[in-house]
Amino acid sequence: MHDPTTQNHFVAPVATESISIDAVRIAEKPRNLWRDAWTDLRRRPLFWFSVVLALFFLAMALWPTLFTSTPPNSDCQLSNSNAGPTEGHPLGFTFQGCDIYARVVWGAQTSLAVGLLATAISSILGLIMGAIAGFYGGWLDSLLSRIGDIFFAIPYILAAVVVMTVFSQYRSVPVLAIAIGGFAWASTARVVRAEVLRVRQSDFVVASRALGRSKFATLVGHVIPNALAPLLVVSTLSLAASIVAEATLSFLGVGLGSDTMSWGNDIGAAQSSLRVAPMALIYPSIALTLAVLAFVTLGELIRDAIDPRARARR
Amino acid sequence: MLGYILRRLLQVIPVFFGATLLIYFLVFAMPGDPILALFGDRTPNPAVVAQLREQYHLNDPFLVQYWYYITGVFQGDLGTTFSGRPVSTVLAETLPVTGRLAVMAIGIEFVLAIIIGTISALRKGKLFDHTMLMVALVALAIPIFVVAFLAQYFLAIKLGWFKPTVGSDNDWGGLWLPAIVLGFSLYAVSMRLMRSSVIDTLNQDWVRTAYSKGLSRGRVIPVHVLRNSLIPVITNSATNFGVLLVGATVTEGIFNVPGVGNTLYQAAIRNEGPTVVSFVTVFVILYVLVNLIIDLLYGLLDPRIRYA
Repeated sequence: MHDPTTQNHFVAPVATESISIDAVRIAEKPRNLWRDAWTDLRRRPLFWFSVVLALFFLAMALWPTLFTSTPPNSDCQLSNSNAGPTEGHPLGFTFQGCDIYARVVWGAQTSLAVGLLATAISSILGLIMGAIAGFYGGWLDSLLSRIGDIFFAIPYILAAVVVMTVFSQYRSVPVLAIAIGGFAWASTARVVRAEVLRVRQSDFVVASRALGRSKFATLVGHVIPNALAPLLVVSTLSLAASIVAEATLSFLGVGLGSDTMSWGNDIGAAQSSLRVAPMALIYPSIALTLAVLAFVTLGELIRDAIDPRARARR
Repeated sequence: MLGYILRRLLQVIPVFFGATLLIYFLVFAMPGDPILALFGDRTPNPAVVAQLREQYHLNDPFLVQYWYYITGVFQGDLGTTFSGRPVSTVLAETLPVTGRLAVMAIGIEFVLAIIIGTISALRKGKLFDHTMLMVALVALAIPIFVVAFLAQYFLAIKLGWFKPTVGSDNDWGGLWLPAIVLGFSLYAVSMRLMRSSVIDTLNQDWVRTAYSKGLSRGRVIPVHVLRNSLIPVITNSATNFGVLLVGATVTEGIFNVPGVGNTLYQAAIRNEGPTVVSFVTVFVILYVLVNLIIDLLYGLLDPRIRYA
């Protein structure tokens, strides 16, 4: 066995005054998209800021009892209505006399659950539709792209408003996620299709076909893995968008029922007493904005990191 | 050009029917019997029920019902609201208000985005640029109803610069606060598009040529750079129109602007299914039409699009 790292290149390194020509650095790992992106990302403070923020909200959603021991719903006393902060209740109380801090902590669950599920739905649908349309082309592409156009023509929040009004008896996290994700996939499909069209031209795809792998196996084994970078970006951004969608729908009163803890519900409920108790509205708004900010920032930084043209604009 | 228009019109037809059919299907799937719901708690006479079912074509297959509905839409019959008024009458009253709000919001968005985007691009990497990019990032993340409430609380209630709600004072002057909120929600994407577009344009050969033939910065930037950088911002307003429609629903609801969005907002809050569906359909039709118009204009402006 010979060690590839010690193998010498057959052209001797030619040293000139300032550069050495053709010095092949075999010991170095080959560069690729993800490695370059990671090198770029880990140097950016904003990236770590958004990662920490995202993990913080994830922890809040998974283990709310780590953050507060006050039950968010059962401990409400009307005598505390709109009261200011007291010992153990750092953010004061809502109109109903519930602890704002506890409700903000418990609200993270709803936002992230709906957001993640809706994003999973739109990403999987978008991946399947976009990959098939881009890879097989022909009439299948025309058909799937036209279907995508139809969904694209309906702003997905409005579509979700219709779905949630129509199915008002069945308001739950999965139904809301389907209402959002089921209409948001068209833009994901467009991005995936464009990327698959680009990857399809690559030599390794031709090689895979020439070696006798079927079209489907080539698509799944080679094309899709190489087309995932833009999908990651779109998915992160659509997670942010889905969290906004959930909050907007809950705020409009067509999201989850008012007994569910959700930042959107709490903001909607606090609007009537905005003049006297603005804080009941402002705290959940801050939590919502920070959560969205974390995922928007993350998605945009990843997009910049995998796109060399965006790096040049900095 | 004629070929382009025809091609684009042919594309829009399946989208139009597909989108309205999709929404109509959702209503079709709505649980509960609409005729029985008309009678409330009383038990209706079966003969009356049968007659009403016939009258509203409820015994026909789905596609036939859709056909009745869509021919009605083309004749201006968009259904009736929950309180029994024709949707078209409500639209005639509310569309002008929403139109004014949209024009003001888009105006605010464009002026801010073009000015700040250009300055940011010219000072790429400087403090101003970094600050404005951060502002845009936050503007992108903050949901519009949060902006609306913050503006309502701080600008209207605390500082008293504006009236907290609009109500009947919905002339151009009365709509400033909701227009600022709506414009701000559209601003971030446009500003960043403008910035990257100007940066790309500045690197073009013909900009260097313009400088090297001795033109001043004051002439190159506005005439050569800005004009050529505007296209992405204008094209984006087609996609942005969807954001505008959702944003108008929320802002009109919060500031009590008597526009189309507010009608949808009130219907959603009160859970009035048929009204919600009628107005969402109106929004989808508007969205498809506006996208068509912007595409046609774009083809008019840029010959490369026509022949693609």
